[in-house]
Amino acid sequence: MDFKSISQLKSLLNENKISVKEIAETYIKRIKEKKELNIFIYFNDDKIHEQVKEIERLPNDLTLKGIPIAVKDLFCTKNMPTTAGSKILNNFEPSYESFVTQKLVDQGSIFVGKTNLDEFAMGSATNTSYFGNTINPLSKNDNPLTSGGSSGGSAAAVAADLCLGATGTDTGGSIRQPASFCGVVGIKPTYGLCSRWGIAAFASSLDQAGVFSKNVTDASILLEEIAGHDQRDSTSSNVQIPSYSKNLNPSLDGKVVGIPKEYTVEGTSDEINGVWEDAIKSLEKKGAKIKHISLPHTKYALPTYYIIAPAEASSNLARYDGVKYGFRATDSKSLDDMYELTRSEGFGKEVKRRILIGTYVLSAGYYDAYYLKAQKVRKLIANDFLEVFSDCDLILTPTAPSAAFLLNEKQDDPIKMYLNDVFTVPASLAGIPGISIPYGKDKQGLPLGIQLLSKHYNEQEIFNAAFALEKDYE
Amino acid sequence: MKLDTNTINKIAKLARIRLSEEEAKDLLKDMNSILDWVEQLNEVNTDSVAPLANISSSTLPQRKDEAKDINSTDEILKNSPDKLEGYFAVPKVVE
Repeated sequence: MDFKSISQLKSLLNENKISVKEIAETYIKRIKEKKELNIFIYFNDDKIHEQVKEIERLPNDLTLKGIPIAVKDLFCTKNMPTTAGSKILNNFEPSYESFVTQKLVDQGSIFVGKTNLDEFAMGSATNTSYFGNTINPLSKNDNPLTSGGSSGGSAAAVAADLCLGATGTDTGGSIRQPASFCGVVGIKPTYGLCSRWGIAAFASSLDQAGVFSKNVTDASILLEEIAGHDQRDSTSSNVQIPSYSKNLNPSLDGKVVGIPKEYTVEGTSDEINGVWEDAIKSLEKKGAKIKHISLPHTKYALPTYYIIAPAEASSNLARYDGVKYGFRATDSKSLDDMYELTRSEGFGKEVKRRILIGTYVLSAGYYDAYYLKAQKVRKLIANDFLEVFSDCDLILTPTAPSAAFLLNEKQDDPIKMYLNDVFTVPASLAGIPGISIPYGKDKQGLPLGIQLLSKHYNEQEIFNAAFALEKDYE
Repeated sequence: MKLDTNTINKIAKLARIRLSEEEAKDLLKDMNSILDWVEQLNEVNTDSVAPLANISSSTLPQRKDEAKDINSTDEILKNSPDKLEGYFAVPKVVE
């Protein structure tokens, strides 16, 4: 049976045409069939059957009862180990549940497994994981493509029909870019909308949880469930969460959509610029007013990000010292020896590179030149958006400069890899919400994504416009 | 070239990451190219700009400082690579 959406599966369940157990069994079978894609770090059918027994007893009116959800392995989960894609957290069994996953559990969803990711979410191709690369389910024979990253496993799980929704985190594009590469919907909400409690920290001033789904309506259903205030995260926002799914309205009459000239960058494929054009025309046809705008500091977003994110990471990852949890190197002669060997053997190359960059830009004598400078430029980037949103409702851009690339491409040059996030990083620095939806395909049949951005807490308008554009491909 | 081998090793020591000679050589190349690339920020005039540390528009809330018993010692210690009588155990520090 083909399950297309959360609401379709819910009605089948409500009409007793399928049971929670049958749903679980269907997805267990599919996951086993797609094992070679290496989408899951943790998958255990016994754990799924255990959940089914609990979920069957829950009332039918729970929003996500029986809905199969994949969880990025950066979220701490009580009944499944959590690795963050790193050897240093191998065998870590959290004694608590993250805020976001707890909300999903409370609504009766089935966790089908923990998905692969770049180690500590540092990467754009899900190729820095200790547990191997994830292969994009849309790859053709012998040419494995990347699923994007860092939430590549979650995006791939939705694309391969191994779940109906998945959690992700987005620090510089880690939800939107893999969504684009795998042809699914991915939303990163406003910074602070979802609590970071229980998510392994990468760069705390940027990290934000979000979701992947097969369509915009499902994304709106999932986001309203995982959003909300949490005392345990001091940056969690105390705002009323609208019922995004009930309020969905594809009307764009009178909405002003900004098209930033700085997002026409060298190296972007013609096909991507083509779908961007198509989406602009479609918005116009639907009644939106197109406005050509400028976000003058866009070109400085990536270098700003690659100072701030590693700086915060170097501080956050100091906790992995081999003492309290995770991996510890053997044969160390002293405490310092143990720390150094544990971190040397436990972290992969990209993570070490970022910790060292971060340590350097925060070290005495360099702090002002790098870190403080980056924070100031970050302010200018955020101001660019503020100014534009004084007379624009939305901004439309491509999500990524290319379609999914070959898994072994761009491995040797970190900066080339970083350029993948050129369209997603500015919004992360400004803390504004963004969605990627599939919009057309390239000549090889690979999906291309477009990105809609809006001001803080304006997820509703993003969903509405995405909902309207989605209809072009139904 | 911003960094030399000595600096890399000094930073690695600060970050408690031991690098092999090979690794240090590799990282030196990568980090120098990344640091050269971020140099472009110097083109931006930031003289009267306040640094942005927290993007959240909400003010940091206050709450009562109350102790809560969330985890048991056993549950926390269960993940420790080495433990002894209810404590985390580490290599000997004092001779």
